[in-house]
Amino acid sequence: MTLLILLGVSVFSAILLAFVGDRKFAAELSILSSAVTFIASIFLAIDVYAGGPMLAGGDFFFVDAFNVYLVVLTAFVSTTTAIFSRRYMRFERSHGKVGKAGMRFYHAMFQLFIFAMLLALLTNNVGILWISMELATLSTVLLVSLYRTPSSIEAAWKYFILCGVGIAQALFGTVLLYFAAEKVLGEGSAALLWTNLSQVSGRLEPTVLSLAFVFFMVGYGTKVGLVPLHNWLPDAHAEGPTPISAVLSGLLLNVALYALVRCKVLVDGATHSHRAGYIMMAFGLLSLLVAAFSLLRQKDIKRMFSYSSIEHMGITTFAFGLGGQVATFGALLHMLVHSLTKSAIFFTAGHASQMHGSQDMDRIRGLIKGNPLVGWGMMFGVMAIVGMPPFGVFTSEFLILTATIKDAPFFAPFFLLGLIVAFAALFRKAMPMVFGPVPPHQTALKASHLPVIVHMVLMLALGLYLPGFLSNWFHSAAGLLK
Amino acid sequence: MKTFIPAIIEGLQVFIVLLAGPLLVGWVRVLKCWAQGRASAGVFQPYRDLSKLFVKDVVLAHNASWIFRSAPYVFFGSTLMAGAVIPIVTTGVPLSATADIIALVALFALGRFFIALAGMDIGTAFGGMGSSREMMVASLAEPALLMSVFTVSLVAGSTSLTHIVEAVTSGIVMLRPSLAFALLAFALIIIAETGRIPIDNPATHLELTMIHEAMILEYSGRHLALIEWAGMMKLFLYFALCTALFFPWGIAGAGSFTMAAWALGALALKLVVFGFLIVLVETPLAKMRIFRVPEFLGMAFLFATLGMLSFFILE
Amino acid sequence: MTMNLAAQINGVLAALILLTSFGLLASRRVYGLLHIFAWQGFFLSVSTAVVGYSAGLHHLYISAVLTLALKVFALPYILYVLIHKLKIRKEVEEMVNIPTTLLIGIALVIFSYHLTAPVRELSTLMTRSTLAVALATVMLGLLMMITRKKAITQIIGFLALENGLFFAATSATYGMPLVVELGVALDILIAAFIFGIFFFQIRTSFDSLDLKEMEKLKEED
Repeated sequence: MTLLILLGVSVFSAILLAFVGDRKFAAELSILSSAVTFIASIFLAIDVYAGGPMLAGGDFFFVDAFNVYLVVLTAFVSTTTAIFSRRYMRFERSHGKVGKAGMRFYHAMFQLFIFAMLLALLTNNVGILWISMELATLSTVLLVSLYRTPSSIEAAWKYFILCGVGIAQALFGTVLLYFAAEKVLGEGSAALLWTNLSQVSGRLEPTVLSLAFVFFMVGYGTKVGLVPLHNWLPDAHAEGPTPISAVLSGLLLNVALYALVRCKVLVDGATHSHRAGYIMMAFGLLSLLVAAFSLLRQKDIKRMFSYSSIEHMGITTFAFGLGGQVATFGALLHMLVHSLTKSAIFFTAGHASQMHGSQDMDRIRGLIKGNPLVGWGMMFGVMAIVGMPPFGVFTSEFLILTATIKDAPFFAPFFLLGLIVAFAALFRKAMPMVFGPVPPHQTALKASHLPVIVHMVLMLALGLYLPGFLSNWFHSAAGLLK
Repeated sequence: MKTFIPAIIEGLQVFIVLLAGPLLVGWVRVLKCWAQGRASAGVFQPYRDLSKLFVKDVVLAHNASWIFRSAPYVFFGSTLMAGAVIPIVTTGVPLSATADIIALVALFALGRFFIALAGMDIGTAFGGMGSSREMMVASLAEPALLMSVFTVSLVAGSTSLTHIVEAVTSGIVMLRPSLAFALLAFALIIIAETGRIPIDNPATHLELTMIHEAMILEYSGRHLALIEWAGMMKLFLYFALCTALFFPWGIAGAGSFTMAAWALGALALKLVVFGFLIVLVETPLAKMRIFRVPEFLGMAFLFATLGMLSFFILE
Repeated sequence: MTMNLAAQINGVLAALILLTSFGLLASRRVYGLLHIFAWQGFFLSVSTAVVGYSAGLHHLYISAVLTLALKVFALPYILYVLIHKLKIRKEVEEMVNIPTTLLIGIALVIFSYHLTAPVRELSTLMTRSTLAVALATVMLGLLMMITRKKAITQIIGFLALENGLFFAATSATYGMPLVVELGVALDILIAAFIFGIFFFQIRTSFDSLDLKEMEKLKEED
């Protein structure tokens, strides 16, 4: 029942908003729907926390500690983003950047996107996982080109083509997986159910699964934004509306990584080796380094933070590849804190560029004086994302680093180098924007306070104190992924 | 007496090649005339042309070297040699064992090489141009030809023509995409190698477009007759090679004379059909620009490679 | 129909699909592309039906009909209408010339053959050998997307790639479960519509469907 509400509400509101999305109450409706989804997700989480992993809807849905926390996170960030987009999109509408149809489209697609991600997280069927990932791409493609400017259309096209191609590779991987599974489980849907697959993973054909993993890596890796398949990501983030950048960065990348990790578990089981882990470590480290150095030469604020997303996805992928209790724990925590931090940063970055009428970082100055909330938000956000204590990112990065030094000391210097370069780059770019006098072209703006404050508080709280239920949760999730 | 039988068979084979070359060309011309609504000069016109050329005097340029003089004989000889090897009527051709399909390709290449040399020997502009174009076509066509031929050899498990014929005729009927691709490639190569439309037009002497005719522009008399005759045989031999590789049904086994009679009938029938096909291709098409030729032959190479790949992948 | 004959027919169809993939790479005309694409869909559909018949799997008929409707009629028709309405220039424009693309294509076929070798070893299905062709179709579609400039050619490349995936599903496992297959078909349909919308957007803001124009978003140095 909770599941039905969880998935049904966003579909229903997506359909509803397709008709009434341009009305005044549309944003509130969207917030309401996301909030209901969030509450449902909490109930689901409590169920799972109390009763352990469960199947639902026949065996169509599967909920365990790993995905339920991502479900809660997705629902939560979607709620705060819905709150944020109320003021943000109103501003865009009043400045004539979006029309009535655009607003209807925006709200409907936002909810559909949330639905696609929740479905991807909750489904037990690896095929449906693929379909919902594709649906998540398709629903956001036209949101990226919402403003209809040449560069936004170009970004959307790139996003569509690259992710389309990428996800096609993942389908090939799924076919190969089904091929291997069919031998053990027999024909039909049962052979694609994750619960069945993970039970028999030891008997699956290792060569086929290794091959399948290469395709999964390329396919879902494109959506995670791993280098060298990351080209779409900065463009899509920079050119789309900011709330979409926030959910793309904060949620979609997580979900894609979730899909990849699920596949990795199967492959590891079949090959009895760490091969898949090594591939992930290599891609992760490469992404971390390339993104860190790319950060140095960014001019566009949203572009810069999207490179930071690539960097953090690299860290998380690396950590999942490393495996082991500590690294996996760190990776799970990192997914959580990165989502919270990055979406908060995008909220403030969106407001900052609205205030200055530009995303060019050279034009954005004096945020603290102009709008304290945006300024301090940006300040703390950057401090958090570069991994300064006492924020949550510090904890997770520290955990991952310790695990690296212990298990793969050779990689540790590169890992640290990436972190340091990213640290320097982000600080150097962000500080001039935050401090300094107010430039003449800055305009006042009614910022959306609540989402930024909530995210900041959570970030700080997670850095200072990890609640017992959360660490238990991560422990059991990390245990599942062994 | 028994020792002479192989020699007789071989002699008959060479005789057929010598006669059937001009006959095929005549047949094609007749068909073409019909297709274009003209009156034809009859199937035997090429024989008349050749005999006329043989009685004419040879006019040689002052600076013609021995290459120029010997090239017609080499071309004719190598072509005839090739004709002695291909199983046309029967697989029991004695010389067939001496050369496999790769040697056959080399024989054709030898003749072409000498003609191209002779084209440059006199030093006229057209000769050199013709030679360079001919070699360009050849350098693109030969890899494709070999690729196509290899595909058939792979299917048959041998490069010997006799074996290929036997393997293809005796094998169970099977749908083989590899052979279809190889045939497609071979058809394109026949067009290129024998200088038919759309690569080259054998009936024209238009300066800018001719390839083969440009090379032999300086020849006259019996030299020209030999070259023309060899050219006609070449068309026939490519046809014969094509049937041996892809449609060997009807070719008699070794040492069976009654079958050989049937095989002659089958050969005639195939020739008739082949003529029709050539005219069918040539009538609606125009000659393509020389710059498009590489693409045309690239296509042939592609088909041949696809044939080979589909042999490995699908069969 | 005996298993052997079905396997042979399927082999021929696979060869034809491979041929059409190369045809897409070699074609210079946009309408030509559409025709070849439709043929590819047709061969795919027939192949699916043949496999369905010989293996006695009736859900494959649904896939075959779906392919026939979508890939042979609906999508080519939609694209045809788009080309007509947007007055797209009829020539294909390439970034890498056609012979080179074809050579790369051949290399890709060999690569996919090599890649799928372990699967072929393990499979007992009559269609196992066509998996290499399926992967090659995927790769060739990818190649087409990379080496052609126009938006429309990229789309046809994308759809050809999807054809390859579909073919892979049939040849490796006699098709995915129906739920998955229907979902995939739905996704492709949505993707095609989005492509259509994109055409109009690109057209209005760039005045051409040439992706050369789309070079604004680059890294600043």
